[in-house]
Amino acid sequence: MSTVFLALQTNEDTRPIIEAILQDNPSAVVDEQPAMVKINADGRLVVRRETIEEITGRAYDLQELQVNMITMSGNLDQTDDEITLFWKS
Amino acid sequence: MQIDLRTVTIKPLRQTFDNIARRIGGDKPASRYQEGTLDMQQTANFHYRPTWDPEHDIYDASRSAIKMADWYAFKDPRQFYYGAYTMARAKQQDTAEANFDFVENRGLAATLPESVRDTVLKLLLPLRHVAWGSNMNNASVCAYSYGTGFSQPHIYQAMDQLGIAQYLTRVGLLLGDVESLDEAKRAWMEDDTWQGLRRYVEDSFVIKDPVELFVAQNVALDGLLYPLVYETIVDDVLSSRGGTAVAMLTQFMTDWFAETRKWVDATVKIAAAESPENKEVMARWLSQWRDRSASALLPVARIALGNRSDEVLAEVVQQFNARMAKAGVTL
Repeated sequence: MSTVFLALQTNEDTRPIIEAILQDNPSAVVDEQPAMVKINADGRLVVRRETIEEITGRAYDLQELQVNMITMSGNLDQTDDEITLFWKS
Repeated sequence: MQIDLRTVTIKPLRQTFDNIARRIGGDKPASRYQEGTLDMQQTANFHYRPTWDPEHDIYDASRSAIKMADWYAFKDPRQFYYGAYTMARAKQQDTAEANFDFVENRGLAATLPESVRDTVLKLLLPLRHVAWGSNMNNASVCAYSYGTGFSQPHIYQAMDQLGIAQYLTRVGLLLGDVESLDEAKRAWMEDDTWQGLRRYVEDSFVIKDPVELFVAQNVALDGLLYPLVYETIVDDVLSSRGGTAVAMLTQFMTDWFAETRKWVDATVKIAAAESPENKEVMARWLSQWRDRSASALLPVARIALGNRSDEVLAEVVQQFNARMAKAGVTL
């Protein structure tokens, strides 16, 4: 299986998002680089709105993620509740 | 000459303050809310006791019958510290201004049916005084309670209530005039309809226990008043009678209540879950103040609901009980 990843800027906004992603994807690996956090996962990575909302305590629109996203790899499936990165087999 | 650019990772020696690290379990990056809340209140080296209350230290947990092993167990799920709070409210203020502008510019106030306008002036305007009472009470809780996790949200709540009083004043000036405000003050001071509620508010001014005051004001009174007046009467009953413009003017109150109840519920839950003694005290306060608040609100509900008041209020109380049961206190 190939790796999918999501790279986010390191800042106050993304900290709870990264925490949420790690909670939802136990197999994800964090790679902290200067001013950037890259999250690698085998084959599939899910970002769930509900988990982020639980951690930040406010309503969250997944589109807000774009503001702090540097890059990503994988096929993208986005709904109001989830962003899923995966590779079509 | 050739210059090679390369990135160097500089690992910070520490991620956060030692006291925060001790609380969140290790040296991890902490959120602004955690850094601006945990252990903020002074706990030692109080040289003198206040002359106005020599029984207690200036910050003293024994002012409340609620006992907590750690008062920082209280957390605000909205994670409001000064910055986050002011930014959230500034955004809501913009929305409210836009709503007022919309209603004013399109002359929607003039299109309201006479009966709706009359009900709004009679029902909403005296509530300015209730909101002001809540401002006083929440400032008092903030002053006398223990631990920033508990006290901090109360000063925000106090400011919010001042804002609500101002919005209600503006509604009054938009639908009526300065005399409407005087008339509402007179009704608040003299009319039988309002004396129960006025008594409730004035009695709450002298509650010494900060957690009991939190229960009386933010849980029991607001917990019935907002669903009854804003969610039921304004949003449903008046809207169906052609008063949608009013719902636009009070949108802040509806949104605000939906937001703050998360914090209120979390606070009740944490206090009650601490010990069986706390739970018993909370249950006693809750049922006592809920009953008083329900009977004080009944004549107020009659202004808009007439003979349906008992039924609607019973429904609101039932929802309130369900909400408290969810927070761990069965009433």
